[in-house]
Amino acid sequence: MTAVVSDPTGTQSPATRRPAAGRTRRRQPRIGRTILLLLFAAYFFVPLYAAVDFTLGGSRRNMGHTLSVWTGLVHQDGFTTNLMTSLKIAVGTVALLMILMVPTMAWLHLRLPHMRRIVEGICLLPMAIPAVVIANGILGAFKSWPQAITGSSWILILEYVILALPFTYRSLDAGLSAIPLATLVEAARSLGASWPTTLWRVVVPNIRTAIASAGILGAALALGEFTIAHLLLLNTFPVWTDQAGQQDGEVATTAAMLILFLSWLLLMLVSQFARGRTAKKPPKLRREK
Amino acid sequence: MSAPSVELVKLSRAFGGVAALDGLDLTVEPGTLTCMLGPSGCGKTTALRIIAGLEHSDGGEVRVGGQDVARVPANKRDMGMVFQSYSLFPNLDARDNVAFGLRMRGWNAAKRRERAGELLELVGLSEHASKYTHQMSGGQQQRVALARALAVEPRVLLLDEPLSALDAVVRVQLREEIRSLQTRLGITTVFVTHDQEEALSVADQVAVMRAGRLEQCAAPAEVYANPATAFVAEFIGTMNRLPGTLSADGKTVEVAGRSLPVREPGSRSAGVVAVLIRPEAVRLVPAEDGSATVRQAGFRGPITRITAVLPDGTEVLSDVPSAAAADLGPGRRAELVLDDAPVMVV
Repeated sequence: MTAVVSDPTGTQSPATRRPAAGRTRRRQPRIGRTILLLLFAAYFFVPLYAAVDFTLGGSRRNMGHTLSVWTGLVHQDGFTTNLMTSLKIAVGTVALLMILMVPTMAWLHLRLPHMRRIVEGICLLPMAIPAVVIANGILGAFKSWPQAITGSSWILILEYVILALPFTYRSLDAGLSAIPLATLVEAARSLGASWPTTLWRVVVPNIRTAIASAGILGAALALGEFTIAHLLLLNTFPVWTDQAGQQDGEVATTAAMLILFLSWLLLMLVSQFARGRTAKKPPKLRREK
Repeated sequence: MSAPSVELVKLSRAFGGVAALDGLDLTVEPGTLTCMLGPSGCGKTTALRIIAGLEHSDGGEVRVGGQDVARVPANKRDMGMVFQSYSLFPNLDARDNVAFGLRMRGWNAAKRRERAGELLELVGLSEHASKYTHQMSGGQQQRVALARALAVEPRVLLLDEPLSALDAVVRVQLREEIRSLQTRLGITTVFVTHDQEEALSVADQVAVMRAGRLEQCAAPAEVYANPATAFVAEFIGTMNRLPGTLSADGKTVEVAGRSLPVREPGSRSAGVVAVLIRPEAVRLVPAEDGSATVRQAGFRGPITRITAVLPDGTEVLSDVPSAAAADLGPGRRAELVLDDAPVMVV
């Protein structure tokens, strides 16, 4: 996942540009590196392979693979409603995250640069706080809000926005640091753009890689989060998967694989989208469009 | 198009207790180009940003066409601005950059395109209309920025050191273009620069600033020939500082064996002073028993700048016609002859 949170500032590149002194020692680590890579790949892919094989009935019947569990998934009780709930929550989470964070971060960079460390600290807090504390804290904080929100799965949007703050902060911060924000904003202002227009037409298009990265991670989080939804006794896709798993392991595993592949698909789409029209692209490629 | 005037009245602004502007008064006549010139930190950029509405003032007024614009936000001031750093929107091509201001003013796509095309032609970049920032050179980017600023027919054009990031040849070329465009369009323009040559060559009026205040505001030739203060004298062009003795009545000064009239008598008390004299007002006449020794001769085409040393160790710069410089090679001796024009003493 870290590959998607691109590093437009290029802060990581000096590390990869190590001096040539290590060249003579290169060959040996390369073998070690390959072995390590294979080990990690195995660690990562073997369970995945096993899971997929399991969902295709490979372990059960000795009668070849079948897609029946996958095709039957849609007809499972609660599958569609819970998937839709999770998708709605994901969309809501990303929307609220961006509406809150893009203007805040732009303002922070423009007007309150000395506050960046403090805000970063606050935004990283959800990483350190246990899920139970966050879940109940948010319930308490929004106690006075209408029951329609606090008593339904909509409350999860508020929960996930908090959970997604750390990487949203990081991603937007990197994106905003990589452009001459102050000059662009002033240019837009002097050309007659209001603040909202400046934000929408100048800031957003120039940090959209960062927005896309943050958005996709937020969506992946919202689609896969189990603990808090379970704690709050709400029905989401992961919760449903867990319940389904108590009756039928194949269905649960298939659902889990589905959500995993959905997230991957999203990630790939976004990295494709982000790579599509960045400013660093060589001129020739752009011309051919 | 009737261009408005721009007036700054007792403008002040402090950053963390340090005054960037300290009661700045300046008037820019309609349709003229005023250069705000000064060393870095003199407040010239702050003044420009206050005119643009990108910075607020702590006191004083900015009047455009006689109207105080303090309450008008930057996006309603109708001013075109070109920045020192490249400020084109990287997500838009040159044409859309130029059209941005028109879009903000609600022009439809076809009209925007047409007008942007005209402006790009004006700055000689018609073939580059669909290029993006990273495909253009620095000079091209600043041209597009200029076209973008002009596209909306702003009331005032503000240039914040637009040429300082460019290399020397492009810089000279573009400043001539800016000047000819400005004259042609008759647009009131404020041009901030720290480059005195740039200021002298393009401005109708040069406003020399120092520490947040105006030192002198006059036509380039006037600022050069009759600097109001010693700071202006030494900031604009090159000045010799020669030791001299001021007479008791303060009207003449003894310098290098001559008695010269003093400008603004009474500004200094009698005694030892420094006399400011331009290199072109110093002549060196080759003479075997001359008091000055030539140290260096720098050929500059029509003139040669000679560096000579007086017996007391003072260095003197003198501009002599190159044709007359043959006898003034390093090591040669010469007599110092100063023009009789009134001199400045500090």
